[in-house]
Amino acid sequence: MKPRIATCSLAGCFGCHMSILDIDERILKLAELVDFDRSPINDFKHITTRCAVGIIEGGCCNEENVHVLHEFRENCDNLVSLGDCAISGGIPALRNNIPLEECLETAYLNNPGIYNPSGIVPNDEEIPMILKKVYPCHEVVKIDYYIPGCPPPADAIWDVLTALLEGRAPVIAYDSLKYD
Amino acid sequence: MKQALEKIVAEICDSFGNDRTRLMDITTAVQRRFGCVSDSAIDLIARAVKTHRVEIESLVTFYSFFSKEEQGKVVIRLCDDIVDWMKGYQQIADALVKELGISIGETTSDGEITLTRTPCIGMSDQAPAALVNDVAVTYLTPERAVKMVRELRKHLDPHQLVTVLGEGNNSNPLVHSMVRNNIRQKGAVLFADFESGTALKRTLNMTPESVIGEIKASKLRGRGGAGFPTGLKWEFASKTKADRRFIICNADEGEPGTFKDRVLLTERAEMLFEGMTIAGYAVGAELGILYLRGEYSYLFSYLNHVLETRKNSGLLGNSIMGKQGFNFDIRIQLGAGAYVCGEETALISSCEGKRGDPKNRPPFPPQEGYMGCPTVVNNVESFCCASRIMIEGAKWFSAMGSPRTAGTKALSISGDCRRPGVYEVPFGTKASDLLELCEAENPGAMLIGGPCRQMIGPNRFGGIICYDDLATGGSIIVFNKARNKLEIAEHYLDFFIEESCGYCTPCRVGLVLLKKYVRKVVSGAGEPQDLDKMLKLSNMIVSTSRCGLGQAAPNPVLGALNNFRELYESMVSERKHGLQPDFDLTSAVVDSELFVGRRSLYV
Ligand SMILES: Cc1cc2nc3c(=O)[nH]c(=O)nc-3n(C[C@H](O)[C@H](O)[C@H](O)COP(=O)(O)O)c2cc1C
Ligand code: SF4
Ligand code: SF4
Ligand code: FES
Repeated sequence: MKPRIATCSLAGCFGCHMSILDIDERILKLAELVDFDRSPINDFKHITTRCAVGIIEGGCCNEENVHVLHEFRENCDNLVSLGDCAISGGIPALRNNIPLEECLETAYLNNPGIYNPSGIVPNDEEIPMILKKVYPCHEVVKIDYYIPGCPPPADAIWDVLTALLEGRAPVIAYDSLKYD
Repeated sequence: MKQALEKIVAEICDSFGNDRTRLMDITTAVQRRFGCVSDSAIDLIARAVKTHRVEIESLVTFYSFFSKEEQGKVVIRLCDDIVDWMKGYQQIADALVKELGISIGETTSDGEITLTRTPCIGMSDQAPAALVNDVAVTYLTPERAVKMVRELRKHLDPHQLVTVLGEGNNSNPLVHSMVRNNIRQKGAVLFADFESGTALKRTLNMTPESVIGEIKASKLRGRGGAGFPTGLKWEFASKTKADRRFIICNADEGEPGTFKDRVLLTERAEMLFEGMTIAGYAVGAELGILYLRGEYSYLFSYLNHVLETRKNSGLLGNSIMGKQGFNFDIRIQLGAGAYVCGEETALISSCEGKRGDPKNRPPFPPQEGYMGCPTVVNNVESFCCASRIMIEGAKWFSAMGSPRTAGTKALSISGDCRRPGVYEVPFGTKASDLLELCEAENPGAMLIGGPCRQMIGPNRFGGIICYDDLATGGSIIVFNKARNKLEIAEHYLDFFIEESCGYCTPCRVGLVLLKKYVRKVVSGAGEPQDLDKMLKLSNMIVSTSRCGLGQAAPNPVLGALNNFRELYESMVSERKHGLQPDFDLTSAVVDSELFVGRRSLYV
């Protein structure tokens, strides 16, 4: 059986997943090497079998993110934080210095252009509770590897993935770490 | 009221020639007069010195002694540095909070008294200590703190708190302070007798080049911490082509646990000014600046008086000691509570009337310093050494000390010992000998050189004080075996986070992240890989920060990791299921539940 990879996007913009697709034709090679388990690529809702590598885009901004992250930690041998949002909270974490109440009021109640005469804040039971702040993944579960960048370059993703699949310690080339 | 403000601010700006480079003095004067530098005052100052308002505003918000909000008539700054914690900070803080009925950081409702905290005020040998306006109050106890507040309420005059005077010049009417010198050991360089003019006389019989030669031959290295050869620095400054050159004495003494410059300023002011004058002659400078930390402003009048006396006896001013063409004067620049201003380029920014932002190096100050001109910045003790060298000669000086570090060093020793104070010892003295001298109590660790440097354990007590082994600008803090080294490291991280000027992301943000890891480990939630992450992060901060503050700030953590690693290791463990124990989903959704008015279905 081929090793399995799972990926997910938590509080991210899917840019990191775009960067995964950016490995271009190497994706065919990847398909030979691995099978994809839970991932936005195939829309599996849960991990089905133990995975060699789990890749996380985005940090945790609501309780569902936390549950997904727990599922990944429980079922993946190696967990990788992919991109700045997963590593440090990124753009969504800009709200961390503003009280949650103020964020919700500004988003749904008192902002020019909002039409909300009954003053409702979305509150269906289906909607996961938002957390008091956005957490980087390693503050919630143990993370084994980090690939920085917003989004990380496809080469960095490729290098880390192949290293992990071949049982080597991943090293990211300096060129893939410097952005200026 | 508004007119009064306009008139007084105008007068203050006028008294400094509406000179933008004197903004530190202008702002200090306004702060003292009004208890704040309000928005309107900022506007007025900006207009008077013809600059942008943001320049004044950034100055006011940078220095901790300035504030936009009105402070009480009396401001109590309680030192909350580590030595004070060891000597009972908490009980005193509690007593003050209770007696004043306010929390730390607040002002009483009648607008009379403000209570706040401050890092080391240079009184660690007589901790716990506080600054009450510019009066240093030492050896505090909860009872004395309460008594102090009750008295202040009666007269609001901190000077009346001084009833018993300290020894030496502390009892000079111009100082009038309860601060004690606590000189425990006198050496041949600094605390031997000094007669004004003797060093200068010999100097003026030599050419400037040979004076530099003498200082070089003495092997004197800077006493402020970095240990750069002083003669070489003077030579660089003298050889840089320029119309004007400057001499600056660094009396910012902000390294927690250092107070030897305080004692030198009190007892060896003549020797210091003479050393600056010698440097002025050697380098070809006509102005010297003594950058005096705001915490030592109680010495300001006295030091100015010494300068006056020297001027009157022809040791400063024009044609010094009759030497035609040698003119040199010194002014005192007061700081305003910013540790980073001890860094020489930040200090220069501050002297120029700006925020204490470090500058890029190179160019180094001897090439391009104050006002863009070649500038020598030396520590108080370095100038004092230069005076002695000009009296006794380079040979005499270089014969003292360890093979590679000449002379003596003034050490400030405090912490868990029976005889805290200033010790002048030859370089090469063993750490263990210091422990004996100061009568250390059950010593388990020594912090040598303050948080910037290293914490050593008993396995290194055999090391010696010198630049190649245990380097220090003067600070030595002794900790007994019961002290928690990790908490100490954490405390100092807080200090650096607070004092970072904020220019570099690794220093501004990295230190906060580092502190998070330390907190995680100390609280028992750490995993083994956190230790490596702390190392990596520390090294990144060290290698990518612009100035010495960021480059040294991870040292408390690195020191603890390197010298006391087993301590950290005993506190971390692999976590079940890879979950972080300090993340609690229930409390993370509480705010949300309150806002929408229902419980989560999933936690
Ligand atoms: C954050 C920081 C704080 C410093 N504080 C002081 C200080 O309080 N006093 C001092 O003499 N040097 C201090 N220094 C060192 C100065 O930058 C400079 O090296 C020194 O004043 C040079 O004088 P010296 O060669 O006589 O030692 C500090 C350096 C840094 C990076
Ligand atoms: S790191 Fe950048 S690309 Fe990736 S999810 Fe965050 S914002 Fe998007
Ligand atoms: S290292 Fe820190 S204190 Fe120094 S310039 Fe950078 S931000 Fe400022
Ligand atoms: S004065 Fe408090 S530690 Fe130095």
